[in-house]
Amino acid sequence: MATSHAGENYINHEKGLWSWLTTLDHKRIGIMYMISVMAFFFIGGMFALAIRLELFSVGKTIVEAQTYNQMMTFHGTIMVFMVIVPGLPAVFGNFFLPIMIGAKDVAFPRLNLLSWYLLMLGATIAVSSMFFGGVDTGWTFYTPYSIKGSIGVINMTLGAFIMGMSSILTGLNFIVTVHKLRCPGMTMNRIPLFIWALYSTAIIQVLATPVLGITLLLLVAERVLGVGIFDPALGGDPVLYQHFFWFYSHPAVYIMILPALGVVSELITTYSRKTIFGYKAIAYSSIAIAAVSFFVWGHHLFVSGQSEVAGILFSFITMLVGVPTAIKVFNWVATMYRGSIQLKTPMLYAIGFMFVFTIGGVTGIMLATVGMDVHFHDTYFVVAHFHYVMVGGTLFALMGAIFHWLPKMFGKMHNEAMARLSFVFVFIGFNVTFFPQFILGSLGMPRRYFDYLPEYEPLNRISTMGSWVIALGFIVGLITIIHALLKGKQAPDNPWGSTTLEWQTKSPPVFHNFDSTPSVNGGPYEYR
Amino acid sequence: MLSLLLTSLGHASTFMPPQASTIAPAVDRLYAFLLIISVLASILVIAGMLYFIFKYRRKSETEKSAYITHNHLAEFLWSFIPLVLFIVAFVWGWKVYHDLRFAPENAYEIFVRGQQWSWEFEYQNGHKSPAELYVPVGRPVKLLMTSSDVIHSFFIPSFRVKQDVLPGRYSSIWFEVKEPGEYQIFCTEYCGLQHSSMLAKVVAVPQKDFDMWVSGKAVSNLSPEEQGHKTYIARNCNSCHSIDGSAVVGPTFKGNFGLTRQFEDGGSAVVDENYLRESILDSQKHIVKGYTKVMPTYEGVLEDKEVEALIAFIKSLKN
Repeated sequence: MATSHAGENYINHEKGLWSWLTTLDHKRIGIMYMISVMAFFFIGGMFALAIRLELFSVGKTIVEAQTYNQMMTFHGTIMVFMVIVPGLPAVFGNFFLPIMIGAKDVAFPRLNLLSWYLLMLGATIAVSSMFFGGVDTGWTFYTPYSIKGSIGVINMTLGAFIMGMSSILTGLNFIVTVHKLRCPGMTMNRIPLFIWALYSTAIIQVLATPVLGITLLLLVAERVLGVGIFDPALGGDPVLYQHFFWFYSHPAVYIMILPALGVVSELITTYSRKTIFGYKAIAYSSIAIAAVSFFVWGHHLFVSGQSEVAGILFSFITMLVGVPTAIKVFNWVATMYRGSIQLKTPMLYAIGFMFVFTIGGVTGIMLATVGMDVHFHDTYFVVAHFHYVMVGGTLFALMGAIFHWLPKMFGKMHNEAMARLSFVFVFIGFNVTFFPQFILGSLGMPRRYFDYLPEYEPLNRISTMGSWVIALGFIVGLITIIHALLKGKQAPDNPWGSTTLEWQTKSPPVFHNFDSTPSVNGGPYEYR
Repeated sequence: MLSLLLTSLGHASTFMPPQASTIAPAVDRLYAFLLIISVLASILVIAGMLYFIFKYRRKSETEKSAYITHNHLAEFLWSFIPLVLFIVAFVWGWKVYHDLRFAPENAYEIFVRGQQWSWEFEYQNGHKSPAELYVPVGRPVKLLMTSSDVIHSFFIPSFRVKQDVLPGRYSSIWFEVKEPGEYQIFCTEYCGLQHSSMLAKVVAVPQKDFDMWVSGKAVSNLSPEEQGHKTYIARNCNSCHSIDGSAVVGPTFKGNFGLTRQFEDGGSAVVDENYLRESILDSQKHIVKGYTKVMPTYEGVLEDKEVEALIAFIKSLKN
């Protein structure tokens, strides 16, 4: 193995834009994903702020109903397919999966680059729907409404189809890498929990995403060729679409949350400076969640007209997902017991994650209770629940991951006070925005409403004001990151005293990740 | 302290709409159970976490932590206790769901049609009612529902009932209203442009008054103008025609009566009762200059007395 020159790293190994666009280095591809995902997040976030602003007052506030419905669709589609799904796996998975198992790269570097280009292509096609009459179906594209509206829906679904391909290739790459490229001594029971989470995620990506692809292609076939699949006017079945869609999209919820659970495991153990409690329980609960996630899709259809038996079965299986999820949370708390806890920004985000994820989890149980869901279904209660899991969960973990791994990725330290300030704004703003939505939903306010009854106005106002505080938090966070990149102090190799492999190499890592192939003779979290 | 919290959560219906159907208290009892275990579980996790953060905060850089990898009893308990609670929630939810789903044999049936973006209710004697679902108090009512276009969902928060309404098939829902009154109906499945204004009301009245109403013998104490205003809202005329002078999709109703209208095809007419009737029932015949041919025809949709009320209402909107 070639020894790198002093001061050489993956960033200065080659120079120029072209060297980035044609790179096969997983670290550089991770950075390219990071920049793209942040750009998408900015656009999706702008839509979110506009949606909340429109809902500030009864009646029209800033835009017409048509514009509102399109903004709500773009917010959902961008955040799901372009931010949360690729967020943790494609950015931090790409950068750290090979390093954390002591490999030089992923198994298929060319496929890895291709998956980035596919995401870009899919995103471009999806966003181009804005110029074909827009899309106002919501991110779920339910039939028969999606068959009757503007043709922009074809661009949007084709875009989602291509982004799905990207997701499949990333998943495939990760599975093979984890199986074949671990360094000497890195047995499956010694890989870090973030890797277990990515591995479980990859299984879902490979198995479930093709179903979304098929569904969206059928939708396009119906739209373009007039084949009757979902449209009752052509002899199709509109509810079949919902089954197909959620057969992917419910496992996809776990594509979005499992990597976050993995990140939180890393953060809790590092900043408690204590070995993780229940390594195997956490690792295997990821696999359990992934496996069970394939059999719960029908809990999105409790009031769709599916049979009582189906409703009850799906309710029961959904309850079972609660168990491995609860196990993880209790394991994290137990890890903190008798630890040496340091409240650095990533730990704050991990704590914030556990706070909101617990609320997201218990409200998930409420929604899984079939007799209760009848009242809550398609109200703001559901909106609040999934934002507690997706934003409070995944996005908090993503922010924690950024501040945890920033020194390693760029070799720069961030300003701790500013980073903590960003957390305070994001955390408070998040709860002010979304907690009132639980009450709105209980009181019966349906989701995807451009306008609402006057009695819902006070809580909507509080929610909108909260969204401004979240925005402030993300702006402070972005400034902190840019400040770190430009003016940050040189980061040591292991600023947090972590035991996993990525901290054993230089900050930023050398081109081949390690100067010599590491070998491992113990678990990943040996804090003794 | 804790008991105070539990008592207040027990009355958790403060976060829920009024309990207006016979089944609502059962749903709310389930809600109170779920809320109480949720709050207790959240407090346990969050308080434990905050206590550990404080108790085990890092005091020196060289500090060592305990090396604890697992504990079988703790792990068994925190897997088993949640599982038991989840199973209780599941069985309880099943029971409530079963009661929500199956209507009693003697339920009074009403036919419901959803369309973008209004609800229409049809009674067994052929009587039709837009946007107002009259039901008798104290008698189970079963709604047989279908859609003429896309998927809608029929939701009455105060009754705790909801059911998707599908094109090309029937779905049903049932409830028994406890007290006379008006209750909100929402569409909760996104159905396009005016989804959030696809509203209607349940009007629950005593059986005697209901029988009068459904036979058409109920004497309306509204003037024709007031009746017309009601129809204007109920039939969603308001989504395209304003009453404040602003042009929306179609011409405003304000000061409309008596004007001379120029048509797209070159003709013209004075707006009188016959012109209004024709414009409503055969709306595609003449298009006022500057507007497009988008209004559906209301022939066979509106009853004569609704058309007459609308005309009276439009006449009353002077400049």
